[in-house]
Amino acid sequence: MVRIEIDGQSYDVQDGENLLSACLSLGLDLPYFCWHPALGSAGACRQCAVIQYKDAEDRRGRLVMACMTPVADAMRISLDAEQARQFRSDNIELLMTNHPHDCPVCEEGGECHLQDMTVMTGHTFRRYRGLKRTHNNQNLGPFINHEMNRCIACYRCVRFYDDYAGGKDLQVFGVHNNVYFGRFEDGALESEFSGNLVEVCPTGVFTDKTFSAHYARKWDLQSAPSICVHCGLGCNIAPGERYGELRRVINRYNGEVNGYFLCDRGRFGYGFVNSPERIRKPQLKGYPDITVDTAESYFRNLLKASKPAIGIGSPRAPLEANFALRMLVGEENFFLGLEDTEHALLNAIVEMMLDGGIHSPSLREVEQADAVLILGEDVTHSAPRLALSLRQAARNASFELAGSLHILPWQDAAVRNLDKHVSSPVFIASVCATRLDDAAANTYRGSPEDIARLGFAIAHSLDESAPAPAALGDTEQLLAAAIADSLKQAKRPLIVSGTGCSSLAVIQAAYNVAKALPSINKQLVFTVPECNSLGLAIMGGRPLSQAFERIGNGLADSMIILENDLYRRAPSRNVDLFLQLADHVIVIDSLENKTTEHAELVLPTSTFAESEGTLVNNEGRAQRYFPVYPETESVRGSWQWLTIVMEDCQWRHHDQLTAACASAFPDLADIIQAAPGAGYTVKGSKIPRQPHRYSGRTAMHANANVSEPGQPHDIETPFAFSMEGDMAQIPPVLLPVIWTPGWNSNQAINKFQQETGGHLRGGDAGIRLIEASGTLPWFRDIPAEFIPTPGRWRIMPLPHIFGSEELSLHSPSLLERLPDFCILLNPLDAETLGVDTGDQVEISSLAGTWVLKVPVRIELTLPPGLLGITAGLPAFQSMKSWAQVTLRKVEQQVQL
Amino acid sequence: MEKMDKPLTKNIRPDRAFATLADYESTGGYQGLRKAITELSPKEVQQWVKDSGLRGRGGAGFGTGLKWSLVPMDANVLQTRYLVANADEMEPGAFKDRLLLEQDPHQLIEGMIIAAYAIQAKIAYIFMRGEYHLAAKRVENALQEARTEGYLGEHILNSEFNLQIYLHTSAGRYICGEETALLNALEGKRATPRAKPPFPLVSGLWGKPTVVNNVETLCNVPHILQNGVEWYQGLGRGSDQGTKLFGASGRLKYPGLWELPMGTPIREIIEEHAGGMRDGYKLRGFLPGGASTDFLLPEHLDVLMDYEAVAKAGSRLGTGTLIVLDDKTCPVQMVLNLEQFFAQESCGWCTPCRDGLPWTVTLLKDIIAGKGRIEDLDTLAGLTRMLGPGNTFCALAPGAMEPLQSALKYFREDFERYIVGSHAVMESS
Repeated sequence: MVRIEIDGQSYDVQDGENLLSACLSLGLDLPYFCWHPALGSAGACRQCAVIQYKDAEDRRGRLVMACMTPVADAMRISLDAEQARQFRSDNIELLMTNHPHDCPVCEEGGECHLQDMTVMTGHTFRRYRGLKRTHNNQNLGPFINHEMNRCIACYRCVRFYDDYAGGKDLQVFGVHNNVYFGRFEDGALESEFSGNLVEVCPTGVFTDKTFSAHYARKWDLQSAPSICVHCGLGCNIAPGERYGELRRVINRYNGEVNGYFLCDRGRFGYGFVNSPERIRKPQLKGYPDITVDTAESYFRNLLKASKPAIGIGSPRAPLEANFALRMLVGEENFFLGLEDTEHALLNAIVEMMLDGGIHSPSLREVEQADAVLILGEDVTHSAPRLALSLRQAARNASFELAGSLHILPWQDAAVRNLDKHVSSPVFIASVCATRLDDAAANTYRGSPEDIARLGFAIAHSLDESAPAPAALGDTEQLLAAAIADSLKQAKRPLIVSGTGCSSLAVIQAAYNVAKALPSINKQLVFTVPECNSLGLAIMGGRPLSQAFERIGNGLADSMIILENDLYRRAPSRNVDLFLQLADHVIVIDSLENKTTEHAELVLPTSTFAESEGTLVNNEGRAQRYFPVYPETESVRGSWQWLTIVMEDCQWRHHDQLTAACASAFPDLADIIQAAPGAGYTVKGSKIPRQPHRYSGRTAMHANANVSEPGQPHDIETPFAFSMEGDMAQIPPVLLPVIWTPGWNSNQAINKFQQETGGHLRGGDAGIRLIEASGTLPWFRDIPAEFIPTPGRWRIMPLPHIFGSEELSLHSPSLLERLPDFCILLNPLDAETLGVDTGDQVEISSLAGTWVLKVPVRIELTLPPGLLGITAGLPAFQSMKSWAQVTLRKVEQQVQL
Repeated sequence: MEKMDKPLTKNIRPDRAFATLADYESTGGYQGLRKAITELSPKEVQQWVKDSGLRGRGGAGFGTGLKWSLVPMDANVLQTRYLVANADEMEPGAFKDRLLLEQDPHQLIEGMIIAAYAIQAKIAYIFMRGEYHLAAKRVENALQEARTEGYLGEHILNSEFNLQIYLHTSAGRYICGEETALLNALEGKRATPRAKPPFPLVSGLWGKPTVVNNVETLCNVPHILQNGVEWYQGLGRGSDQGTKLFGASGRLKYPGLWELPMGTPIREIIEEHAGGMRDGYKLRGFLPGGASTDFLLPEHLDVLMDYEAVAKAGSRLGTGTLIVLDDKTCPVQMVLNLEQFFAQESCGWCTPCRDGLPWTVTLLKDIIAGKGRIEDLDTLAGLTRMLGPGNTFCALAPGAMEPLQSALKYFREDFERYIVGSHAVMESS
């Protein structure tokens, strides 16, 4: 710490920090544009000018840019000096010479950093009489609007998109006051993180196109703290609602998890909540209109009348709902709803996390790694936000080198200029090319067996007592030794693996490598496919196949399926048979799908946006989400459907259910600390979900009824569907919306952090359930090398950010970004078959049970013998992962 | 000793034929290099140049030897060092480097080899203004000659010293003359200046320690090595050492370029060498060092052309290329012309320059079009302060404000005349 004097007051600030960041950490108001805590300083906007004095005697001082000035002991500065104030106001005046006066029709209005900073500097009067420069706008795809006339050229967009996120297709063109930020030509932004432009842009150049379609001002949106449900990372989100419709999702800062950024699936996948496929009313086969009460008593009677019912849980349902189902049907009748491979993979991951003795890092910790081995994952597609963190980890060597040259970490361009000389090594072993390869020191492509063998060889190289694969090729041997050497030298090595290539051996190899590493700061992180995959696996239970057996054996005749489309879990024929064998099929879900089609009774449940629950992310962090707005009348939370039919149910409230779940599973004991319960109040009031400027409440339903209905009561959470309540005292982690006087944009988060870019005051969301302990013996089941069988191909599902996740497939904007419907083939295989990209092939299962015609795309990096498909795409549901198939070219009909 | 008085231009012939390697060697060419490499250590070469008092001829006037001595010479991960010759001469009114490049390219090459030896750089670049086609051709030829003759490449003059020099011709922006923007352009990035610190000496081209020197600066170096420090110090007339190419443009009898001792009085350049004003024109003022320096008036004619004297008079030596304002040219229109250039050439990185310069243009155009208001002069004056040194990311905008701020001071009545009516009929510049 060093002591500096700001406007006559003494403060202790972090040594090596820049003045702007230090001032903001102290809670002072100093306007800025180009600086961003995650992007460092650029010095471009010149907005954060302050006066720096030479010494105690100096009265005049000189103007410096706070973001470019390192703090130093005994430094004397002034934010208030007239010269500094005038400069900041004049600077805004210059920015405004070209900025349109279209705030009333601009979607950024009301949460615009430029508005805030303009008001802060006091510039109010326009002297400029000239014309404003204008630009053409581009169509940037389904996610992002482009309105370049509003640009103030802070360069944040390209610094985020290209420098931070590794994008290539958003650039700055032109010069002088004609600089243009856009693509070379119109077209969808290619980066999986493009949505962050909406928040990174300090004004209305890049706005959320999906929000435009049903726009409301920030102050008119009702919000609650929430968790993204579109992958297993548990990024924190702030969804906004109006008129019973989810309008948008923006980032909610969590200093340990997602920081400032989300992926595009997380931001734009919310469309399923408003989908026409939402189930809004109970459905009973043969009875088109039934009431909730009828549904409830029918459900109750079914349970009473039938033999024991089985319950099939879900990795996309929260712990409480799964727990309630398990209690309703009894442990012996509860199944996890996962197919065998995924079940085995998740069990293995849970075992390694609980008893493996290796730290499971948060994303913040991932960013600190100085050597990374990714085994079997295309992280950008299986856990996108993690890929963004890994990209930052690759730069740690640059920061270290910069330090030796006395370049401070926030001197962004200078540090980046060193990137080409050094990088913290990232090694990627994957089935085919990944979107992170450009940040990799070395890549290896192989079948899951070959990836696992490489992993086992690395482990053996690190520690001779670890088993070595037999008959490993020379290339692999050398590569393994080189990777091992690199990992051994690292201070904070990180191993990344997961369920992405559906291989237990890969996960076990990853564990062996981590176990073999000498560093005490080693870390092992797994990706898991769904928002509560890990929670469900910790809870434990048997796989779906055993549920099938139980029904097949006649030990049960009915089943309750919780938020789970079984057709995504098992081949259609098996599911068809299974559903036919059961006398009664009850499905609780929020969206229509193939499973709900087969149900006798469908009970409509709320999505994450209308209910509460606890999810456990891949790190082992339990986090709670809260309803953003009330469910419609006929819809209930899954836990409510399940507890209401229990006899003598002791759990009338969600908190009670959470507590019961916590006490039933020692590994989940801490979940009650994930967030405060319903009894929590601030100064005696619940926390308002609606900003205090929320408008039109009395008139919202005036089209239906002129008398204002009472606000719905929320008895399950600490939040109220209301504007009333004291915002000032709410712990940041529970703030539904980030706002502070004078700071209307999301950048107000500065005011709620312990230091800029640091943890939230009072702590970040969630509670870590697992800390490293114990150790596991070496895994010794090393697979043999994969040798393709001539004439046979193995189906290899490859995750894709847009296409593999169930719920976001109901989001219209995301559908526009689906990968092409095709299969991937190695060029040699294509040659054998006589096909080229664009040709059709006929895929047949060996048993001849199904045949599918699909276009081919040649993928240079896919190993021979594998047939790559987009995982989770409904069109491929008939294909079982890893199944052998035969291929035949479909001859084109000659058109006459 | 005519030659000794004009070391930089001694090989430049009136017929404009350029000096071949043989021509260059016949007047002592590459002797300085021989001496440096065979008799002196890199540190000693740095010391010689430091002692000579040679200051950067690109405009800023930083001590050349001092600059070299600040390059980290220790072997670390960045042990590669680069030398870059800044041949991106784009200052309006400046055409001095062009002469040196076109007429005597070996002088630059020898200077670069000595400089590279002094900082132990193995690779050097010449970053040349794209429009200098002839210079590029001749420099490329000369490089080939030097390679063939063993002045470049491996084991230069049988020493352990190796050097490659590459010529890069710019795609063309004024800002590329700013040394850090030049480095970005050389790396293939947008020509936007870099934040300092880190200075290029520590982290320059591709992040490695880099010295950027102006062409004319480097051309001085062989002569210092060949003839010694004392000889060089004896060349200056004022407080600075050596000779300098001084130019003069405008309505003069003989506009041109002359090598003269540092510290030559301005009057001597304008009245003797340029022959004074053309008949019918009177001197109203002049920009002493190119477009981005403050106007001086006829009363400053006895100021010596060296760094300190010109600074004391309220302007800058800059490139040493005078632009003369006569009594029949409107200073407001001249300033508008300059500001249009600077507004056009702003890289667009920082706010005051990107958005402030176009505003000065708008205001000047309004004034000239008779739509000006008297308070516009305050706005213009405010902008000259707003875009002043320290407030912007690099020196482009502060340089652009120099002719404007001095014009507002010295020629205010010309501005006012446009605004308050009775516009004097003036010949457009």
